[in-house]
Amino acid sequence: MPDFFENTRTIIEAVDDSASYSLDNWNEHNFIVSSDLLFDVIKALKENGYQYLIDLTGAHYPDTEYEYQVVYHVQNLIENLRVRIKVNLTTEKNEVSSIVDLYNAANWMERETFDFYGIIFTGHPNLKRILNLDDMDYHPMRKEYKLEDETRNDKSDKYFGR
Amino acid sequence: MIELDLKRQNAAVSTETIDGQIATLNLGPTHPATHGIFQNILKVDGERIISAEQTIGYIHRAFEKLSERRPYNQITPITDRLNYCSSPINNIGWHMTVEKLIGAEMPKKVDYMRVIVMELARIADHLVCNSVIGVDTGALTGFTYMFQEREKIYDLYEEICGARLTTNVGRIGGFDRDFTPDFYSKLNAFLKEFPKRFDEFGSLLERNRIFMDRCVGAGPISADKALSYSFAGPNLRAAGVDYDVRVMKPYSSYEDFDFEIPIGSDGDTYDRFMVRQQEIRESLKIIQQALDNMPDGSYHADIPDFYLPPKEEVYSSMEALIYHFKIIMGETAIPKGEVYHSVEGGNGELGYYLVSDGGRTPYRLHFRRPCFIYYQAYPEMIKGALLSDAILTMSSMNVIAGELDA
Repeated sequence: MPDFFENTRTIIEAVDDSASYSLDNWNEHNFIVSSDLLFDVIKALKENGYQYLIDLTGAHYPDTEYEYQVVYHVQNLIENLRVRIKVNLTTEKNEVSSIVDLYNAANWMERETFDFYGIIFTGHPNLKRILNLDDMDYHPMRKEYKLEDETRNDKSDKYFGR
Repeated sequence: MIELDLKRQNAAVSTETIDGQIATLNLGPTHPATHGIFQNILKVDGERIISAEQTIGYIHRAFEKLSERRPYNQITPITDRLNYCSSPINNIGWHMTVEKLIGAEMPKKVDYMRVIVMELARIADHLVCNSVIGVDTGALTGFTYMFQEREKIYDLYEEICGARLTTNVGRIGGFDRDFTPDFYSKLNAFLKEFPKRFDEFGSLLERNRIFMDRCVGAGPISADKALSYSFAGPNLRAAGVDYDVRVMKPYSSYEDFDFEIPIGSDGDTYDRFMVRQQEIRESLKIIQQALDNMPDGSYHADIPDFYLPPKEEVYSSMEALIYHFKIIMGETAIPKGEVYHSVEGGNGELGYYLVSDGGRTPYRLHFRRPCFIYYQAYPEMIKGALLSDAILTMSSMNVIAGELDA
């Protein structure tokens, strides 16, 4: 299996030579690729056996230089290998190309990520809110939206909660 | 909002399109035939469906946001409410995710106990789905018998954890108590009685002419399409792809068990029904093996920093009180990092993507919910079908509203 994984690494690095790779403590293969080349990376992976898109989601890290992250998990069913592809996005340019053309399943997953984080997936056929109300004007999973009403003072966060 | 309501009312029956022989029909959000809150706006020509558009999110409860404020052990009850037909799998999947993050090894006994609980949950989940397929084709009898059997599984849950539907079973690091002798005797009685009843249910439907006429060819999906839509679990296997997390990425000692993965060929309602039927039989085999080979040992791992001590010890022993306090107040050191862990839920790969920044609560938690992902294929599957087949297709996909909307 390690050989096959090297193959995957070659595929990704052939598309994006700035891709950074790390193997984390849980034996998970992580790649951080550039947002412009994301589509090409996933396409190359799909052509090489990564047929199954497990998961697509976002995350918000307001204190870092990249701020938003889109996380893809793709699986090679034949070699039973899973890789995690991450894309870092900034507030100014929170756009990444949609992969709906490659995986139909990405449609709602991208809509969900847009709904909660406001990340724009360019080329998505129908990028609108999916779980929240259509007339909502913010993206609730961003860290600046606290779960509790901030005007309340009867619940001190000192001991309970983040 | 008023504008929205008007739009919806107009959607119910739109007169201008009726003249053109194409009507717009609002199926749901609450409709007795849809087993949950799903809205589908269908365009129908007579009884043929031309196109469908789903609206989801009616019971969205912001679980991912809630999880960012809750300590790890308080997220278990949230997972109950994802796929509420098989809550124990969700609970245990979450516990295993946290254990993976902290790098805890479970004793064999915990693994085997978990396998028993999870397979019971899988049986309960598939029983609901399959008996409801029966109801939607007009066979109510099987439903009543199988729900009686499901009650027995709920009695077993009750024996383990005291709850029935939203079980909140186990803890991070194992179980809160050992299986009681009562549990074993009830489980043995269940394993003895259930296969007979279940075969009776099977003989009622599996080769029933009327049932087959309704199900064969209804809502089919090809293996290619199913993969592209990231189908999972029985629905993917019915289309002919043998992907099962229990085999591909074994967790909780599933590699110790001898069982088969049934697959179908056409991906239609009948195949989905049959795959689930067969999976119930395989689950029974797994439970029997786990019972026969149940190892000795402790029902929880020795990780006092993370495993909530039993309440009676908290009141009587100093160490237990200290650890209880530390866990509840979030004083334990959780490693930083991100993990993805998945289990084979009732509907397929149920994944947890967890990012920890070392704090008391997860920094980010994402649930990979199989229902949410494969339900988007529904319009494609029912295109050109009859309205009654659309209902049947939905129940055979086992779309659970709680998991769909999270």
